[in-house]
Amino acid sequence: MVETEKKEKIKITVNNKVFKVPAGETIMQVLDTLGFRMPRLCYHPKLSIEGACRVCIVEVEGVRNYVASCCYPVSDGMKIRTNTKELRQARRDIVELILDNHPEDCHTCERDGNCELQRLAYSMGIRTRHFKGEKKHYTKDLSSKSVVRDPNKCILCGRCVRMCSEIQKVNALGHAHRGFNTVVMPAYNMPFSQSVCTSCGQCINVCPTASFVEKSYAGELFDKLNDPNIVKIAQIAPSVRSAIGEAFSEEPGKAYEGEMAAALRRLGFDYVFDTQFSADLTIMEEANEFLERVKGKGKLPMITSCSSAWMKCMEQFYPDLIDNVSTCRSPMSMMGAIIKTYFAEKMKIDPAKIFNVAIMCCTAKKYEAARPELMLDGMNPVDLVVTTREAGWMIKSAGIDFLNLKKEKFDNPLGHSSGAGVIFGVTGGVMEAAIRTAYELYTGETLLDIEVEAIRGFEGIKEGKIVMDGKEIRVVVAHGLGNANKVLEIVRKDPERYHFVEIMGCPGGCIGGGGQPYAGSNSIPLDERTLQKRAESLYTLDRERTIRRSHENPDIQRLYKEFLGKPLGPLSHKLLHTHYKAKEPRGIVPKEAKAR
Amino acid sequence: MIAVDEGKLAELKGYIDSHRNIEHPDSYLIAILHKAQELFGYLENSVMDFVAHEMDIPTAHIWGVATFYHYFNLHPVGKHIISVCLGTACYVNGANAVLQAIKDELGINIGETTEDKMFTLHEARCLGACGLAPVVMIDQKIHGGLTPEKTKALIKEYRNKG
Repeated sequence: MVETEKKEKIKITVNNKVFKVPAGETIMQVLDTLGFRMPRLCYHPKLSIEGACRVCIVEVEGVRNYVASCCYPVSDGMKIRTNTKELRQARRDIVELILDNHPEDCHTCERDGNCELQRLAYSMGIRTRHFKGEKKHYTKDLSSKSVVRDPNKCILCGRCVRMCSEIQKVNALGHAHRGFNTVVMPAYNMPFSQSVCTSCGQCINVCPTASFVEKSYAGELFDKLNDPNIVKIAQIAPSVRSAIGEAFSEEPGKAYEGEMAAALRRLGFDYVFDTQFSADLTIMEEANEFLERVKGKGKLPMITSCSSAWMKCMEQFYPDLIDNVSTCRSPMSMMGAIIKTYFAEKMKIDPAKIFNVAIMCCTAKKYEAARPELMLDGMNPVDLVVTTREAGWMIKSAGIDFLNLKKEKFDNPLGHSSGAGVIFGVTGGVMEAAIRTAYELYTGETLLDIEVEAIRGFEGIKEGKIVMDGKEIRVVVAHGLGNANKVLEIVRKDPERYHFVEIMGCPGGCIGGGGQPYAGSNSIPLDERTLQKRAESLYTLDRERTIRRSHENPDIQRLYKEFLGKPLGPLSHKLLHTHYKAKEPRGIVPKEAKAR
Repeated sequence: MIAVDEGKLAELKGYIDSHRNIEHPDSYLIAILHKAQELFGYLENSVMDFVAHEMDIPTAHIWGVATFYHYFNLHPVGKHIISVCLGTACYVNGANAVLQAIKDELGINIGETTEDKMFTLHEARCLGACGLAPVVMIDQKIHGGLTPEKTKALIKEYRNKG
């Protein structure tokens, strides 16, 4: 659209009232600014327009049929009606026809109370049913450790397909077959676990129904929590505390740190540790690894390795860049390894009796926990992963009054974290944390201006520079695998352009993870205001910490003194680092990613 | 994965290459899948993978196109493809009896292939030869004015030819 066209104003009439609106926009976009909000399903502002569900229809004078407002442009003199008797009836019928092919199992559904179709049916006034439609009978795909696909609940809005192809550029999903038999599925209807799916879980976030949900391990966890013969240990990721309140209908923006520690103890955990501690540990290893590479030992640019979806994506889409990726395990896996070695030794607990649980914002962490490369002497460092959503449900289900809990502290010696560990949850955070430590390690001087504004915020790709002893270090941060693709194409063509690359698989970083609470009734998935508030809650925690640099965390210093020796030492190598290999099927990113 | 004929694959690659420098090369996907089916008889997953990597089109998208059109075979087909016209003119002239005769003769249903991999049976909606109704198309040839007996004889003829 040309700029001049955008500024031009035209007159339209909505329900007999005249408005001046910008030309070139769709009816829906215009109505959104005039105090209307047409019901919608397949539309999402961050995705291309599909016009599939027809829920957003309006009446336009002179046009024979109702038009879908999401994909019909306004024009001068247009007369729109949004609320006539016939229109309301038509909209109601459209939603009812969608319901007719949908299982009638709301009360036992994972998304009960949180389903866009359910909300829509209510707001359309569907109180009695006129039609009885054919149901779908497909088997669920349970093959993935992270994501469950249930085509029976799919209403074919296509948001997952567009999410996967346009934002993530993974293209694991497509529409197959046609008409009533259309199913959203991976290529060749192969099990998810054998497809290019990165387990990021963004399909879950944008799905209006329960056609995509996380593979839940909450039931298994409840069983384990009742087992007196094992030592139950929890760790929680930074972004979980920034969003768990939303699972209890609280506004986003408040971090629940002490409440989470208290709730997990009430659920039956013997020890509650903080993944932020191991985020600090990650920085110790990663900053040192980076400096080694700067000194010529290893490839530059170095690319971060914390995001599990990015790990799987990298092995399938960018195996040529494996040597650029940091060998550091993610903070979750580092914590798992330290608990089953250092902590077990210290407490004289048999590591085989330890049951390590990670509460993560992420569905891909479920996949990561099962990666065979991470096994230590036949043990998985992390035994089970539950998402923020599952944790929220478990807390409710166990009858814990979460919002009124008195704050408690995490357990020692793996519970203290610096501010640098906190901001891991936001895009740019790992880079910022690494800079805080690497600068000091390299120059011997303390970095005073530690808030690196250039790499904060929600721009898809953020570039920054720091100068260490006269040496310019160029960094870049990308969040969402689609943005990552753009940066990695640059890295492939011009390897000198950056020294350090941070990649997070999900939009916004971990705070926008595939395991975070569903958008509430006044929000939409991927809402930037929600992400902004979650980010702000973490930046606030960082500012409130007296220690804001990972290497100043006294418990980290003690861990190296008592156990690990030094960063990148032999024990670090065994417990905290890993390796990657190219995986099939190889992913394809179309050269010019277009809406498919 | 089934071993794919290298010569045919090279021919397919040549065909894809000839479409590379055209504007919007991916809009030729259907034509390229036609070529692949012509060469291999059906679209095997590894052939679709090949097309995907050559054209930089995600496999999930190719799968969507291949499953959308009934023309594309996703399973091996027989040497001869029999299409029985069930359009209006053929239908009123006894296409159903013709279809039944084929089913009896071959022991297969619509969409299936005989065990000896000689015949695959499809249904069709009007082959544009209504004057000859009822008609059956075998490979690219139309056979008109059929009765169940004539149809059985016709199939025997093809079988004897091999």
